[in-house]
Amino acid sequence: MTTLIEAPPTDADGLLPSKKKSSGGGLGQYILIRFLLIFPTIFILVTMVFFLMRITGDPITAAMGGRLPPEQLAERIAAAGYDRPILVQYFEYLGQLVTGNFGTTLSDNRQVTEMLTTYGSATLELTINALLVALLVGIPLGMIAAYRRDHAPDAVLRVFAIVCYGTPVFFAGMLLKLTFAVWLGWLPVAGRAKTSSELELTSLQSPTGIYWLDAIRSGNMAALGDVMAHAVLPAVALGLLTAGIFLRLVRTNVIGTLGRDYVEAGRSRGVSEFRLVTKHAYKPALIPIITVMGLQIAVLLGGAVLTETTFEWKGLGFQLATYLTARDFVAVQGIVVLLAVIVAVTNFIVDIVAALIDPRVRY
Amino acid sequence: MSTPTTVEPTADPRASLFRRLPVISHFNKSVGLQRGMLVAGLILTGAFVLTAIFAPLLAPYGYSQLSDADGNFPAQQEPGGKHLLGTTVGGYDVLSRVIWGTQTAIMVIVVAVLMSIFIGVILGLVSGYIGGWLDRILVVIADAIYAFPSLLVAIVMAIVISGGQSSLLGGVTAAAISITVVFIPQYFRVIRAETIRLKAEPFVESAKVVGASNIRIMTRHIYKNATRTLPLIFTLNASEAILTLAGLGFLGFGIEPSSAAEWGFDLKQALADTTSGIWWTGVFPGLAMVLTVVGLTLMGESINDLNDPRLRGRKKAASGKGGPDSPAGAQAALETEARLP
Repeated sequence: MTTLIEAPPTDADGLLPSKKKSSGGGLGQYILIRFLLIFPTIFILVTMVFFLMRITGDPITAAMGGRLPPEQLAERIAAAGYDRPILVQYFEYLGQLVTGNFGTTLSDNRQVTEMLTTYGSATLELTINALLVALLVGIPLGMIAAYRRDHAPDAVLRVFAIVCYGTPVFFAGMLLKLTFAVWLGWLPVAGRAKTSSELELTSLQSPTGIYWLDAIRSGNMAALGDVMAHAVLPAVALGLLTAGIFLRLVRTNVIGTLGRDYVEAGRSRGVSEFRLVTKHAYKPALIPIITVMGLQIAVLLGGAVLTETTFEWKGLGFQLATYLTARDFVAVQGIVVLLAVIVAVTNFIVDIVAALIDPRVRY
Repeated sequence: MSTPTTVEPTADPRASLFRRLPVISHFNKSVGLQRGMLVAGLILTGAFVLTAIFAPLLAPYGYSQLSDADGNFPAQQEPGGKHLLGTTVGGYDVLSRVIWGTQTAIMVIVVAVLMSIFIGVILGLVSGYIGGWLDRILVVIADAIYAFPSLLVAIVMAIVISGGQSSLLGGVTAAAISITVVFIPQYFRVIRAETIRLKAEPFVESAKVVGASNIRIMTRHIYKNATRTLPLIFTLNASEAILTLAGLGFLGFGIEPSSAAEWGFDLKQALADTTSGIWWTGVFPGLAMVLTVVGLTLMGESINDLNDPRLRGRKKAASGKGGPDSPAGAQAALETEARLP
């Protein structure tokens, strides 16, 4: 387990053949093998989600059960092909996935692919904003905590970090909403933008779906301000969740590197303690953070589901909650599969970046 | 791993049994700030456990009680008077639901963590010891689940187990099993890694030479050595279990309010109240959750630091300068941190 910080998890488990041939291959081979490892991961998750969700029965009964007479229900099940053997359905589903066809949602009869692209951009926007907040808060505070190790600021910051991830993101969101939106009235309560600016932004030619980007591209400053105001609270709520983890990571790693010989050498040359923390000890401490960021993407996406529900941010998480309530398991499956792909690809990228920075990872 | 310069024995063999008890010995080892954090964690966790045990005595009303001798409870009443923390939209007493909520939380934690330790340890031992294709498959599956947002795994499991419906104890079991699936990979990885390391140790080889069976080696020789880190993961996972349960409840996969009190569900209900400035329905269950999680984490983390000589604060003389000589020790702590929600 302790190898995680130095090497990506897959390496630690000895799955990469390159580990055994100690010198052969190099970066190219590492990237290729690591790339190929994405597929089993996605495949396993898709398979698990498919069979687990089918244990409960077919999606049509789940969504419509009790609301349709049995004959009509059976008719619709047969029409959708859910009465065939499960293995046939499974291979058909896999075939559809390869061609990018996720099926049609049951509750509002939309193409799942279309639904995913519409709401995916909103989730992407929220996740990027939150990651920015997390890095901006976590890294400087972590350096302060390391710099003032075992003193009052360190104590306060460590407790702050624990409170950060001990607070469920929806509770943090609720408190922020109460304080800044309801009582102080500084920021909007929920949503991604006012209806007027939302209309302007979605009617643009080939919108990216990321509102602030669209607003900048069209030079619509009023809409940009509105979008920014809406983005603050959700980004802070979700960002703080991860900020605590970054804070602790930076703190522990900076403390670790502060004990190294070259830092000691710098200290003996008269380099100031502040400069030691911000220059000498900080950069090597960043490598593990990049690796852990990969895991944090998964945490952020999970948190996004809850944040979006809290702030009615119409992204994948908000839709997921809606479809869950409607028992629309075709849509749920589509969202879960998409998130699985995102997580697998991010982890791949993070591993490659880690390998580029630190050749030891590749063995 | 480089050898630390001053390794203090984890427990002095001459000390009395009382002083060697886990938490007591940790307390004695701690100094200053670390002691403060440990004590704060112990107090919060203790309060949580005691509240759960004595909930029937502490709570003024039942968790699903809507009326008493004087008639129905008013809806959304402000804190004060008969209802110390106010009432919800549905007319439940907030204080009572917060108190009863501790019971639900503890039940789910205990069931979830015990189940995942049980299954995770067995799988880890077998996978690490036997190796081969079984090991490869289990590792790939565990990695796939591990990398995925835990809340989504829990949601899928909740759908499977209860079809999204939640009944009396069924709700608790469903939540616990959903959380178990998320946790198994973590225990699996720890135990497997330890098993692989221990497999090469001379004492395992000696046991083989003497003719001990594989099962005996696994259950006696490796098991006892591989499970030392588990108490730490237990405390850290307990807090994650609370958060996952609340997340499920918040999304509507929790336990019905008439079957048990659950903080996540209460927060879901309270979300609609916030826009009209009604704060007491959400703030109190939320605070209860934060205090519990912070307490458990403070406790787990302090114990972790105290178990590691490199992270432990030194008594005066070396404090401040006595940074860890290698990040390796810190990484053990980080590993668990990286995963926290």
